[in-house]
Amino acid sequence: MLKKRIIPCLDIKDGRTVKGVNFVGLRDAGDAVELARRYVLEGADELVFLDITATVEHRKTLTELVKKVAEAINIPFTVGGGIRTLEDAQAIIRAGADKVSLNTSAVDHPELITEIAGQFGSQCVVLAIDTKLEENGEWMVYVHGGRTATPLRTVDWAKEGERRGAGEILLTSMNNDGTKNGFAIDITRSVSEAVNIPVIASGGAGSMQHFAEVFQQTKASAALGATVFHFGEIPVPALKEFLKAQDIPVR
Amino acid sequence: MIAIIKYNAGNITSVENAVKRLGLPCKVTDDIDEILCADKVIFPGVGEAKSAMNYLIERELDDVIKSLLQPVLGICLGLQLMCRHSEENDTGCLGIFDTKVKKFPARDIVPHMGWNNLERVQPPLFRDFAKDDTVYFVHGYYAELCRDTIAECDYILPFSAAMRKDNFYATQFHPEKSGSVGERILENFLRL
Repeated sequence: MLKKRIIPCLDIKDGRTVKGVNFVGLRDAGDAVELARRYVLEGADELVFLDITATVEHRKTLTELVKKVAEAINIPFTVGGGIRTLEDAQAIIRAGADKVSLNTSAVDHPELITEIAGQFGSQCVVLAIDTKLEENGEWMVYVHGGRTATPLRTVDWAKEGERRGAGEILLTSMNNDGTKNGFAIDITRSVSEAVNIPVIASGGAGSMQHFAEVFQQTKASAALGATVFHFGEIPVPALKEFLKAQDIPVR
Repeated sequence: MIAIIKYNAGNITSVENAVKRLGLPCKVTDDIDEILCADKVIFPGVGEAKSAMNYLIERELDDVIKSLLQPVLGICLGLQLMCRHSEENDTGCLGIFDTKVKKFPARDIVPHMGWNNLERVQPPLFRDFAKDDTVYFVHGYYAELCRDTIAECDYILPFSAAMRKDNFYATQFHPEKSGSVGERILENFLRL
């Protein structure tokens, strides 16, 4: 049976991970390669690297890092942050990333989704959507790291992304992100039922039960977490055991 | 020397990295002599069937691959191109395996993406494969079960997760992305 995926997300700045990590025994908590290796050993199903500097002068550093990660690990990984052109995506994929994730650039230039999918296949393109529940009850799409509102409704944009060739959707609820109160079940359910490609739930993970809930109550194929994994609050192996005990298929 | 066939399909770097992690010498090449002389040949691939086949035909790599006598391992699109025909843009393929490649019916999420179990696995490729072991798949088309099938997977319907005919082996999943389980399968092939 196809397994639900657990995906730790690492924020990268100038080629190093940021946010604290407290893995015991890491020589250097900022070393993305060492951290990635550690997650692989713990049973993470995939990894996401999000470049939060993403300025032009740092792209080279990122490509170098992608190369090192690709040499070091044997599970799939996605790289996102600042991918604005087909050339940006080519550099990342040729360095060894399995997928690139697009956010603001896809809203600005939706044809970019199709261009990258056309060259490397849909499975290479993850459409990252930052969504926020407005006072009128609509979940709307935000860009620029959540700073800028767009006129796009989340479900509509997800469907358009699928139509244009995205192979997967990474859905982050800004209302839930950082709260540790659980994933946004309603919008995750709406999006995962509206599209026929995998949806990764993101934002709000605070307990193992939150992961169980998002898999039990929505069609999400995967769930992503950052701080809960980095600070060792939820070890990946314990999470897998917990989910297995609830009959949720995990590796 | 292990030759990894270079063509216009993505993600060849991952295969190269995986072979290197096993400590074996390899070369990504489309040079016919280098491919013919290699101890083992890996035919990887992520991409679209028609353009990949056209690329192989233009460089006469289609006949080269079919003529190989050493162990050959097709991966993902490589497996599909080794079948008779693919529904993806109605593409005639190499015909090493006597089966067809079809698009998954949209009864569930397509592509089939993620870690899944295998059934009815056969050695030598799956030596030491445990019942609970899983491997990483990502594909929207599948090869039908046939007499060459040496591992099955069930997603939407049962399909060929791996095939073998004589010296030709192929996996629909990505051993190079399947953690330590995939590493063992790759090693089983490379030690043939």
